[in-house]
This record gives sequence, structure tokens and C-alpha cells, in this order.
Amino acid sequence: MAGEFSAMISAKTSQVDRKIFSDEEIFREEQRRIFAKAWIFVGHESQIPNAGDYFLSRMGIDPVILVRDKSGSIGVFHNSCRHRGMRVCRYDAGNTRLFTCSYHGWSFGIDGKLVGVPGMKEGYCNKLDKSEWGLIPVAKIANYKGAIWATWDADAVSLEEYLGDMRYMLDLALDSHDGTEGGSEVSIGVQKWTIPSNWKLSAENFIGDLYHNISHRSVDMVGIGPEGTSQRRDEGFINNATLVSVGFHERGHGGINVYLPPEYVDARPYPGEIGEWFRAADKARKDRLGENACILGGVGTVFPNMSFRANQPRQIIVWNPVSATETEVWSWYLFDAKSPDSVKAFMREYALRYCGPAGMTERDDMENWQGATEGSVGGVVESFPYNYAYNLADDEQPFEALPNLPYAKNAVIGATEGNARGFYRQWSIWMDATNWDEIRREQMKIKGRI
Amino acid sequence: MASPVEGASSVEAQEMRLHFEVSQFLYKEMDLVDRRSLGEWLDLLTDDIRYFVPLMLNVPFRKWDEETSRPQTDTAWMDEGKKTLEQRVKQLMTGVHWAEEPVSRICHLVSNVLVKSASAGTDVGSEAEVTSRFLIYRNRVRNEASIIVGWRDDLLRKTEEGWKLAKRTAYINQSTLLDKNITTFF
Repeated sequence: MAGEFSAMISAKTSQVDRKIFSDEEIFREEQRRIFAKAWIFVGHESQIPNAGDYFLSRMGIDPVILVRDKSGSIGVFHNSCRHRGMRVCRYDAGNTRLFTCSYHGWSFGIDGKLVGVPGMKEGYCNKLDKSEWGLIPVAKIANYKGAIWATWDADAVSLEEYLGDMRYMLDLALDSHDGTEGGSEVSIGVQKWTIPSNWKLSAENFIGDLYHNISHRSVDMVGIGPEGTSQRRDEGFINNATLVSVGFHERGHGGINVYLPPEYVDARPYPGEIGEWFRAADKARKDRLGENACILGGVGTVFPNMSFRANQPRQIIVWNPVSATETEVWSWYLFDAKSPDSVKAFMREYALRYCGPAGMTERDDMENWQGATEGSVGGVVESFPYNYAYNLADDEQPFEALPNLPYAKNAVIGATEGNARGFYRQWSIWMDATNWDEIRREQMKIKGRI
Repeated sequence: MASPVEGASSVEAQEMRLHFEVSQFLYKEMDLVDRRSLGEWLDLLTDDIRYFVPLMLNVPFRKWDEETSRPQTDTAWMDEGKKTLEQRVKQLMTGVHWAEEPVSRICHLVSNVLVKSASAGTDVGSEAEVTSRFLIYRNRVRNEASIIVGWRDDLLRKTEEGWKLAKRTAYINQSTLLDKNITTFF
């Protein structure tokens, strides 16, 4: 499809127009064409365990309420009163029976239905049809192993189809360390902070940028690994590991896997019972998954704006667009619900020194994304596209060490900008399409690697 | 003991002395941070320090006590001991820590110093609960400027080497951090 936006992405020569990182008109189009149609991560079910529990979230620039109703099912509603738009809920999280607007007093049940209207008789002669004025619901909601997703578009494919084989990558973050399905929970409180950069640069970074080690040189010199030394990750454990880029270009997702040699021994030098717990979990995982246990998760991005870390620390991170040059980052931390407190504390302290605005690794990322955004503004530079050609030639050589892995054909050993190329190709498809049928039609044309 | 301040009772004099020592300690501490004498700053922390910067949540009035995330359980901005603080200092000294390269111009203002525990003295082994407010101005590169304001609840301990910081909780008065990162101490 030769649309206006496809012209900004040159898959063949691997160039991307700088304007997509700085132009406010393009940003407004993204809200209509991407964020109003895509599946967006809105929260984790462990945040709202009981009836009436709610959590305020976002879908793009839209504020939404994630709430569990009396029947135990989860609803997602736009957080604005149907009467005059005032936020009907203004607390980050809590438990309630009603959302009552503080402007004129319309109140809504936890199922989103309008239940109370002041002046129903005197002002509306009892003729207001309450069933037509409930909170605006999303079109679809899906719960994938505790991660809750929603979309405003009734024509969207199912979440399962949307994720495709990317779900196996997500599993590495959402399954328990011993390989049992699901079992994750998030700690209370979401880190939220503002960065002066375009949301796509962060999504691109997490989709599998193995080419930016210089960004984290200082933290590697210091050594903040989980056991408190060794660069910034489990380097002692993954010394013989191969980093693998995995791309699902048809749908715009991708990430990094850590492939351990089949004979690997868990050598994580964690202290005492924490080390014992990890070693026991690793053994159980091997028994359960067989040769596929050699695959550990790294980072990943689900198009458009949900990213995650699957090894250590475990994190879900969402790049909420605010403007072309501003993003509000939300970061959740994942733990095995059934792990002992000592293990949670150990993982949590590592997560906080690694991630977030004070995290010794991530705080350097923000500086780079800001600079890249600033570099995208200007009458002269905007005619000079960015280069995404890293390992363009090698893209046709999938990693085949694990032929039984469901997505073995999607993998490439080492660094490539293929996942970023896939991400921007996907972006252009969504931006040029007007509906889900067109999106699907164009996605089907993407065969193999980009 | 003769009162060092004319007209003050010995109890009042002791309280004044404590307040003087504590506030001088807090000013000196942030002076070292602003001047990037971070090794000396680390020497002012006890080895068993807990350093906690909680998140602040938007809560209803009747749940005001749930406004901040809990230490060593919930998510926080920072929640760590001395080892991690030492690592942060080391990182700031590498010269390739891009979030602070080129270095920021940082100024800490400390005020509203209030000694909360009446039992504290100034002898070795004494502990004092002290609350204060901070305002941190950061200016970096060409035109970046940010201000972070908040509260601090500290536990100070008098050692042979003088006062040391044994515990700090620094409450940033923002629920969404209106800055891209945190590269200083509170």
C-alpha cells in the first residue's frame, strides 16, 4: 500500500523519516489510527483482586478505569462523566461501589451503568434513558495470564491472534520461574514519570536493541547485578549465553531471548535461601520444559506501546503518549505470587536499582531518547532520515538451534535492527489503514523477515 | 553544667545544642552532595542505613495514611541500603554516566528542621528523629531545569565520629514524577 505514511518508512533502504518522532499532526493521527484500534495493556489482575477494586489506567492519551464488578469480571471504561466529561474517579486505586461525579452528581455502578441522576424528575421528567448514558466501555477486554488488555475497536482481532507467537515471549515474563503457567503478581504502586521524548523511541529500544551497550557503560563498570556485582545483569550465570533477536514482523512485535547452552548449570551466586529457591525453580523448569528451558526471556515490545523485561528484573513498562515530544512512562514490577518474601525482597531491590527513573540502568536511557527526539526537530534535519540498516543482510538467517521452539524461524543470533524495521513497517500500515480489515490485509503481505 | 546560653535552663540549652548539631549535620550533608564530595557524604551514613524514597499516590482524605508506598514491600523510587548508595556514587564518578554527563548544576535547600524525639541527647549512642523539608533545583545542559520539593523523616545516630544518618525517608511531593530521571540524593 503506497500511503502517505508508508512513504516515510523505507523498508528496502532501512530509513525512517525523522518527522514521525516530532510532528504533532502525525502524533494526533497516531491517537486515532493506532491507539483507538490496537490492543493496549491496561494493568494486572492482581491489582484488582476483589469486587469493587479499581485502578486508574490509560489507553494512549485516554484515561480509563479498570474495575472488577460483583460477578468478578473485569471492566474497562473511559474515565469521564457522560454529562460534562469530568473524571468520575480521581484516586489512583481503591475499592468502591459507585463512581460519583463531583460536578453534577451523576453516579455510575462498577459495571459502568448510570444509576443515579440528580433531578431525574424535576429536570428530566423521568425521561432520561439511563441505559444509554453509562460510562463509555472499551469494545473488548482480554486477560492473558494476569495481564489485562483492552481495545476500543470491536473489529479488532482477538488478543490471542493479535499477539500471535509473541505470546511465547510474554510467557517468559508472566509464567512462574519454575515454568508453571501464569502465577505472576505485581507489587503495589506503579512508577509514573514524564520523559521529553517520543513514545516510539522507547518501544523501539525494548523491541530488541542489542546495539546500544555504550548507553549502559557506567552501570556495567560499577556492577549492579542481582547478586550485587558483575556488570548489570546475571552475567555470571549467562556467560555462555547467546543473545537472540526474535521478531514477529507481521504484527510489529519483537524482543530478545537469552539462549543458554543445553548443558548449562545454574550458577547464579545468589545468597542463601534465595539461591536455593532460584536453583529449585530452575530445576523444576527444566523438568517441565525440557530443551526449551534453555530459553530465558530478555526484553520485548508488543506493538504499539507495551514493553516488558522477562528475565531479571521482571517488569511491564508502558510508553503512554502525551505529545509528539513527551511520554508518560508507567512501570510495574512482576513477582512470582508464591515465592517467599525473601525472594520478592531480593528481586524488588534489584528491580529498583536497575529500573525506573532512579534506576541506574534506565536513567541513562532517558537521556538518549530525549536527545534523539530533540534531534528529530528542525527544518534542516527533518529531510535527513535515520538509519536502521544494522544487520540488514543477516536478516535472512533464522536461528535454528531449537527447531522445536514455536518461533524458531523468527529468531536471529545477535544484534539486528530488524525488529525496529518491523515495528516501523507496522506503524506505517496502521497509519495508512482506515480499519481493521485493511490492517489485516497489509499485515498478511509481510512474509518472513524485514 | 553552666548554661551556654544566658537565661536558658540546662534542658533548654541541651535542646538548643542538639538542634544546632543536627541542623549543621543536615546542611553539611547536602553541601557535600552539591559539591560532589560524594565519598565524604557516604562517610556520613551508617553501614546499616535504610534509604527510602516512596511513591506518593492520589488517595481520598479518609485514606491519607495510605498516601505513600510502604518500605521494603511496595514499589518505590528508591529503597536500598549502603551498598547500592555506594554503587550510585561510583556510577556518578565514571565520567560515562550519560544522565549526569555533562554534570548537572544541583542545589539542595534544606529547611524546617525539627527534632521530633524529645529523649534524644548529644552523647555517643544517642539517636534523634528529625524531620525537614527539601527543595532541589537541577539545571543541566542548555535549558533543562527541574525543581523537586518534599519532606524528609530521618533517624540520626551519634557515633564516635559524630552524627551519622541511619535512616532516611524522602517523600517527593509528586505522584507522577515531573522529571525524566533522578540522579541525585535527597
